[in-house]
Amino acid sequence: MKKLIECERGEKVRVLKLHAKDELKQRLISFGLMKEAIVEVLEQAPAKQTIEVKVGKMRLALRAQEAELIAVEVL
Amino acid sequence: MEEKSCPVISKHIKVALVGQPNVGKSMLINSVSNAHLHVGNFSGVTVDKTEVLFDYKGYNFTVVDLPGTYAFTDYTIEERVTHDYLCAEEYDVIINVVDSTNLTKNLQLTAELLTMSKKVVIALNMSDEAQKEGIEINAEYMSELMGVPCVKVSAVTKEGIEKLIDTVLQKHQDKKVKPKLVFSEPVEEEIAQIVWYLDKHRFQSENSYRNIAINLLKNNKKTYEKLHDNPIWTELQPILIEASKHIELHHDSDDVKEAFAEEYASFNRGIVAEVLKQKVKQEKKTITEKIDSVLIHPLFGIPIFLFFMWSLFQLTFEVGAIPMDYIDAFFGWMGDTVGATISNEDIRSLVVDGIIAGVGAVVLFVPNIIILFIGIALLESTGYMSRVAFLLDGFFHKFGLHGQSFIPLVTGFGCSIPAYMSARILKNDRDRLLTLFIIGFMSCGARLPVYVLFAGAFFSPEMAGNILFIIYISGAMIGIIAAKVLKMTVFKGVDEPFVMEMPKYRLPSLKLIWHTVLTKTMMYLKKAGTFIAGASMLVWFLSNYPHNLALEAEYAQKIAVESSANEKQKLANQRSSELLEQSYLGSIGKFSEPLFAPLGFDWKMSVALQTGLAAKEVVVSTLGVLYSLGSDVTEGDNTLVGAISKNISFASAVAFIVVIMIYLPCLAASVVFTREAGGIRYFFYLLAFTSIVAYSLAFIAYNVTRILV
Ligand SMILES: Nc1nc2c(ncn2[C@@H]2O[C@H](COP(=O)(O)OP(=O)(O)OP(=O)(O)O)[C@@H](O)[C@H]2O)c(=O)[nH]1
Ligand SMILES: [Mg+2]
Repeated sequence: MKKLIECERGEKVRVLKLHAKDELKQRLISFGLMKEAIVEVLEQAPAKQTIEVKVGKMRLALRAQEAELIAVEVL
Repeated sequence: MEEKSCPVISKHIKVALVGQPNVGKSMLINSVSNAHLHVGNFSGVTVDKTEVLFDYKGYNFTVVDLPGTYAFTDYTIEERVTHDYLCAEEYDVIINVVDSTNLTKNLQLTAELLTMSKKVVIALNMSDEAQKEGIEINAEYMSELMGVPCVKVSAVTKEGIEKLIDTVLQKHQDKKVKPKLVFSEPVEEEIAQIVWYLDKHRFQSENSYRNIAINLLKNNKKTYEKLHDNPIWTELQPILIEASKHIELHHDSDDVKEAFAEEYASFNRGIVAEVLKQKVKQEKKTITEKIDSVLIHPLFGIPIFLFFMWSLFQLTFEVGAIPMDYIDAFFGWMGDTVGATISNEDIRSLVVDGIIAGVGAVVLFVPNIIILFIGIALLESTGYMSRVAFLLDGFFHKFGLHGQSFIPLVTGFGCSIPAYMSARILKNDRDRLLTLFIIGFMSCGARLPVYVLFAGAFFSPEMAGNILFIIYISGAMIGIIAAKVLKMTVFKGVDEPFVMEMPKYRLPSLKLIWHTVLTKTMMYLKKAGTFIAGASMLVWFLSNYPHNLALEAEYAQKIAVESSANEKQKLANQRSSELLEQSYLGSIGKFSEPLFAPLGFDWKMSVALQTGLAAKEVVVSTLGVLYSLGSDVTEGDNTLVGAISKNISFASAVAFIVVIMIYLPCLAASVVFTREAGGIRYFFYLLAFTSIVAYSLAFIAYNVTRILV
């Protein structure tokens, strides 16, 4: 188990748990970023401040603070 | 769909368009009606509801375009608009627009809509794109499985549009059909129990017992409020608590909303697995991902963006300059021709020196404006907008701004008014207010004429494009620094999360760009013909009256005595400028001159800045009127550019540009700002803030330039 922010470019992972609270959690879920979802890390801004991930067919930009709250396991 | 129908006897249908952001709702409305709603390839293009009317088969349709929403929440203001509309307003049918190329995610919202007991039709939009990607959807089977009619459409090719409207008509006449939303067994058991309970007590309601049960289990606030005062509540509540516990246990979660989201997701996965066939195997990396690996490259991403910006301003100046001479010549010719037909000297001056000079000075810059608009339209419609927000988020974050602030800020380069509106995509009120305060620092299209005028007056054509680029960038930088200051002092608080969808890259159709640019350009021209013409007349009047007959007579005498033509001319010019100085406008200018003297402005510049509070184009038209009056027939160069480089020192010009860059955009924008910020006091804060910053920076710029040059 690790955090989404710790993943490298090109890595594919499965979401285990969302540690985000209320609204942010709802938002992530409505993006399809929920338990069991398969996520691929596409791009990273310098110093991983912001990352681009792929969930299903959709690409999503996340800031490091948010990616920190997503527990994943490597596939 | 043009046949007119009588508004009295024909039947009315009100349709609400609901869907996730960027699925083509607005474009779909454009393709069924003659509307030109704003379309763009990023989330949050539409931020307010808009009604569009059209007739079809004897029906009066009212279609309501709503902001896109990911889920039924009030995350941002624009999502609240949609949510409130759906819950509180009257309408007959919902068209739920979904993106066929991303069905699973889109159906997440659909599932929530289906518990509202409204008539729903699903529009499977982007069928053209789905076809290209080898996605095949069986719409009939999907309709059957979901219990809701599904129609394949494409807003671009207009395929299936008629069928969609026919289906809406049919659905409108049908009795309500229960959609088939199926949950996992444990959840179904709990629903059944609550339904049984409601049934036992013959609970009165419009919505079906099943939907009420689902909404109760989901902790839906509105449903709770409705039932809370009902006598059955005391008995129902323990049942609900027990049921929620069971569901949470089943989903191994302590959040029943999350549990329901998972329920929906697995239902949707089931539907999609049944109805969707991926015919062509997808490549490992989609085109969008390939482009992204270049455009948002950690090292090259930002330089590439800066290069695009720089090119845009080069083009704006270089290409924009080509037709300028012709436009200038045209208005010069028009002034002469029209002037020759008017015998009354006062009216002639009003038409030629007032209206034609003022409007001409503004129309002159239409080519530059068009190029700028094309640039913004490309940014909006290709999908690059979200990428820049991604690239700049880290940088913005350091200055206390949200990455998504980029979208309203960029919109601000076109016009501040839509920019203020689009700040609604920011979730947090503090972030939104902060963004509202600095949108004005992004130089809007109306300021471009001032910059082009001054850059052209003081720099060679090769340099002018670079100067424009520098002006825009420094405006933006000052804005960002201002944001930091505001964030540290007024808008303190925690940072909001940044989660944003990155749309796929799309090649915008020429038609779309054409329409976007045309609409905005026509607005600019319309403003020139109405507002600016009116303002020019006012400026003309204020600068011609009161007549000073004594002074005129004095000069007439002097000129008559003088023999050399050269001297006569000199005296005539002297007369004009003296008359101008003692006019109403001259008095205002003279009165405020001391205030602006530390910035090196003469009274004409001071006046132009003040009239510019109405609109920035008026700065140029005022300068146009003042300088065309002040020197009737001049030697050699009689363009405004020439007049400016002759009469204004370089240091004053720099200070002038700095003020234009920073102070209030215009009257109309101030009104919208006040409304969006939510109170008149914010307007006064903005006024004070921008005036102080503008004055201090202009003062510094003036003195530094004077020392250096
Ligand atoms: N290929 C294709 N592109 C489409 C279609 N419909 C819309 N688009 C594109 O999708 C993008 C989004 O369109 P909009 O109409 O602005 O979407 P919206 O749903 O109104 O978005 P919001 O207002 O942000 O909620 C634009 O770039 C359109 O050109 C379609 O049927 N086919
Ligand atoms: Mg829209």
